[in-house]
Amino acid sequence: MIEFIKGTLLITGALFVLLAAIGLLRLPDLLTRMHATTKAAALGVILIMLASAMHFAEVGIVARSFAIIVFILMTAPVAAHVIGRAGYFVGSRLWSGTVKDELRPNYDPLTHELKSGLETHENAKRHPRDTDPD
Amino acid sequence: MTALLSLAINITLLSIILAMLLCTIRLLLGPTAQDRVLALDTLWMCAMLLALTLGIRFGSVVYFEAAMLIALTGFVSTIALTKFLMRGEVIE
Repeated sequence: MIEFIKGTLLITGALFVLLAAIGLLRLPDLLTRMHATTKAAALGVILIMLASAMHFAEVGIVARSFAIIVFILMTAPVAAHVIGRAGYFVGSRLWSGTVKDELRPNYDPLTHELKSGLETHENAKRHPRDTDPD
Repeated sequence: MTALLSLAINITLLSIILAMLLCTIRLLLGPTAQDRVLALDTLWMCAMLLALTLGIRFGSVVYFEAAMLIALTGFVSTIALTKFLMRGEVIE
């Protein structure tokens, strides 16, 4: 029974990783490719990690594999965010079928300034409080 | 190791290697540098999984350390590469 569960976890994880790679190859632009690889690959890593933790079933191995799972869950979104930011920063092309680009009207590609839409004179004034030092 | 688990490990190894091949194609093909960095990131993750699956296959615990190191260096290298692409230098 445990062998069956381990085999199922392994094959499912590997298929998710393969799906991520197919998405990386087939999708049209950087952001969609990122969307394919980050989530599917992270899920594949988690499933294969669970399978190997079940296979060895020692305290040190299980702790280490959970540490790797937590590390992947923390770093995969950060890496994807940084890659997407770098892509938008240098102005990489979006897919021709993109419906909406929310950043385009607020982002200046020359100075890299991002407007929030709240830049009024009233908000630019300083409002000192009593608790401020000086 | 039973025949069922052996079969599952073989299928896993094959599909991970196929995924690495597809990532390599995107790495060579990628129109922008960011695509290449993304492909390298995924390739790194696949290498970690390959080490893990080989660890199960050979029944060795040492591969876990390798997987952990690959995960750490993969993240750091991705961040360094994208920082270089945005700023032109890694440590300012």
